[in-house]
Amino acid sequence: MSTPTPEAPKKTNRIGLDLQPYRGGKTTLCAGCGHNAISERIIEAFFEMGVDPRQVVKLSGIGCSSKSPAYFLGASHGFNSVHGRMPSVGTGAMLANRKLIAIGVSGDGDTGAIGIGQFVHLMRRNLPIVYIIEDNGCYGLTKGQFSPTADVGSKAKNGIANELPPIDTCRLAIELGASFVARSFSGDKKQLLSILKASLAHKGTCMIDVLSPCVTFNDHEGSTKSYAYAKDHDEVMGEVSFVPYFEDISVEYEPGSTTAVSMHDGSKLYLKKVAADYNPTDKITALRLLHETARRGEFATGILYLEPDKEDFISMLGLVDEPLASLPVERVRPGKAVLDEVMESLR
Amino acid sequence: MSATDRIVNDFSIQVATVNGSGSQTANLVLLRSIFQMGVPVSGKNMFPSNIAGLPTWYTIRAHNEGYVARKKEVDFLVAMNPETGREDVLSLGPGTAVLYDEPLKLSALRSDLIFYPVPFDKIVAEVCKDAKLRRLVKNMIYDGVLSKLLNIDLAQMEHALKRQLGKKQKAIDLNMGALEAGFAYAEQHLPKRDPYWTEPMDKTTGMVLVEGNAAAALGCMMAGVTVVAWYPITPSSSLPETLIGYLKKYRRDPETGKATYAVVQAEDEIASIGMVIGAGWAGARAMTSTSGPGISLMSEFAGLAYYAEVPGVVFDIQRVGPSTGLPTRTAQGDLLSTAVLSHGDTKQIMLLPASVEECYAMSMDAFDLAERFQMLVFVMSDLDLGMNMWMSRTFQYPEKALDRGKRLTPELLARLGEWGRYKDVDGDGIAYRSVPGESMPAFFTRGSGHNEKAQYSERPDDYVKNMERLARKFETARQYVPKPIVQDGDGAEVGIIGFGSSHWAIEESRDQLAREFGIKTGYLRLRAYPFTEELASFLDRYERIYVVEQNRDAQMLTLMRIDITDDHHAKVRSVLHYSGLPIDARSVTDDILHQEGLKPSDAPHHEPLAAGVAGRGE
Repeated sequence: MSTPTPEAPKKTNRIGLDLQPYRGGKTTLCAGCGHNAISERIIEAFFEMGVDPRQVVKLSGIGCSSKSPAYFLGASHGFNSVHGRMPSVGTGAMLANRKLIAIGVSGDGDTGAIGIGQFVHLMRRNLPIVYIIEDNGCYGLTKGQFSPTADVGSKAKNGIANELPPIDTCRLAIELGASFVARSFSGDKKQLLSILKASLAHKGTCMIDVLSPCVTFNDHEGSTKSYAYAKDHDEVMGEVSFVPYFEDISVEYEPGSTTAVSMHDGSKLYLKKVAADYNPTDKITALRLLHETARRGEFATGILYLEPDKEDFISMLGLVDEPLASLPVERVRPGKAVLDEVMESLR
Repeated sequence: MSATDRIVNDFSIQVATVNGSGSQTANLVLLRSIFQMGVPVSGKNMFPSNIAGLPTWYTIRAHNEGYVARKKEVDFLVAMNPETGREDVLSLGPGTAVLYDEPLKLSALRSDLIFYPVPFDKIVAEVCKDAKLRRLVKNMIYDGVLSKLLNIDLAQMEHALKRQLGKKQKAIDLNMGALEAGFAYAEQHLPKRDPYWTEPMDKTTGMVLVEGNAAAALGCMMAGVTVVAWYPITPSSSLPETLIGYLKKYRRDPETGKATYAVVQAEDEIASIGMVIGAGWAGARAMTSTSGPGISLMSEFAGLAYYAEVPGVVFDIQRVGPSTGLPTRTAQGDLLSTAVLSHGDTKQIMLLPASVEECYAMSMDAFDLAERFQMLVFVMSDLDLGMNMWMSRTFQYPEKALDRGKRLTPELLARLGEWGRYKDVDGDGIAYRSVPGESMPAFFTRGSGHNEKAQYSERPDDYVKNMERLARKFETARQYVPKPIVQDGDGAEVGIIGFGSSHWAIEESRDQLAREFGIKTGYLRLRAYPFTEELASFLDRYERIYVVEQNRDAQMLTLMRIDITDDHHAKVRSVLHYSGLPIDARSVTDDILHQEGLKPSDAPHHEPLAAGVAGRGE
């Protein structure tokens, strides 16, 4: 009888959990779909940041992207809601329980078309939520129709070219009031992970547009959301490094070439300056960058805009510290004297 | 006119003004002073969808026996609006009294009415030196005239005015001046020629005057609502707006001053219901308030809530038609669409308040039922109930504990061994749920495509099983919803079924049928959908049953026809009222008499003022 090989001790995070509760169900998306890579990064980011999955709510609308919350954080509650309306469901959940950590996954159609109204007001409210657009420029689940983020001239699989200008969700989010706006590429593991980790340290709306080519309907020549196009036209705005507040700040960052931004919770975000003088806390700079890169047919990636101390929607409402959902009856039903007082005023 | 010819505490006053002219204060003072004299009274505002410049009518009805439904016949017209004066006067029945603005020269139009001309501009110029304020106090003059002519105690008017204006002493002085000037003018120039008279009674002692929307707001606060999401729409807006006032005053943490509630004015009704569903899913008592157009927009989400089994409360303050229909007119027109709101086999719970007291109490019922059944519960009020002033007994403080429904607990989990979010453990169709953030097992919420364990499934057997459980759950709801109120008529063949704000006209109509025609009736007032067993037995007991509703297509009867037996189908008939004005007793009586073959049809929906009231405004 051979001696069993001792199992390697499971890697655990700072709250003592292994990777299992952060994993989700088996994906049903196409093999090679960029969305699966994003799910992987979400799992890593939540694990590495030691976020308690029981406090997390995963929200989505409808579409390929919106199916993906079933494929990560299996120990968290999830709500696959209706097309384009995930922001309102997320808002309601956060109003009910301000202690929750919300991650919403949407697509370019779910956000840019049917959901543009709710997207606008979510950004405007700066609700604490990580809002990810898995952006492939097409409707995958209904077989490849154009979405509002498809570029002019971009060709669908049937050869028809898109003639309408795209909506730049990052520009829109910055204009509307989101306090953390980033763009990345599903294939850029390191950058996407850093952005996701930084978003978990931020309190306010984190709008992350992730270019995620559709391998079935939008990964061919003529598509500006293909792997080949994205790799060639991705202008990385600086290497993003994120150090959570609970980690020792190491010395690998040279002050001369990096910008350090203090996050709301005390974490530090380091941006290695590839582009000269890029200041992510300046709205005008961020918008100029997005317009200039778009004109050249490029995608600027990285953390494009950050306003670490902007008041979020839940704080603005002046709520009690405890979740509203769990307040006992004594705190939500006024006494008889109140009813008597109101009745007296109506006599 | 001698005292013996007087008609005491039984009259209706119709005030025709232009909206935005400050007539609201004068009308409420008039209403309240009659109320303070102990005389049962009701007030109904018939206003256009407009801020200023279009005709508005306000009807006040005083009645010694307590009839508070709208009275179709006008006894006393106050004609202040040059635009409608002619039409208003031409539509009156003979013998009606008309108090009018003298320059309108309305007395030339008819010889069979009692005219009281009053030179409003002349009087107001004397009591109000500031020409800019004259428009606002002018209406108070007709209150003064009516005080004299109808014997409404001037001291009570002063009391009501002070109540209305609060601490604004300058405004009180100005208005009092106008009130007294009107009284004095009537005393000197207008000898009494009409029979209407007010005497003090004791029938309003201990009562309150309140609008249904305010009563519902109070009920929501007492139900412990924590999340409110809404979008402005007439005639619903005053519900959340009043609620905000109450919450700010009474629902702050006594130590920290922080809010134990969250209110969001959303970007539209879709977002409102989305927020309610998100909050309900996360364990809060959440609500929204809207009207018909909002209900349609909420349709897709309502289906999701039905299948995903998420609680929430929706108030529908019903009104006429879509968008630029008659948005400021009342109806019971959303019943059919709300009962099955959304796509697929959805069935929704509806509560049907008939009084301001029920607006209050059913708000609390709605939250309990929503959490018990993990469904949306729709409270079907209407403009007449929601926005008009109604007398009521004082509301009872809730003695019942909150019903937070079936929630998974560690003890229960240990007992069950294995938990399935959509598993029917108790056989009543209601499964146990967990909510985020409470450390019970999580699940992934979706629409209809799931099995008992909330796993994704498109299997036919899983779907059928779930659908059957949802149907079972709806059957269980029949045992929990408010039961109808039944009054049987001794030996009566005719039964009447009604609900909501029609109740008051039906009560009065039953008295008319009995007193004037010797027809005894039984009466069942529905208070909820799904229907309960009392309905079937009522249908058994009567030969001919009239279902009274304020819509054209007999929506409630259509819903009843889904449930009732073949025998019953032949017995039920409809009494329908859909002019946009609140239903009145005489219309109900005439319609029943006609269908009973006791009166020829002479357009049962004829309205003396319909041409004027219904013909304007957008």
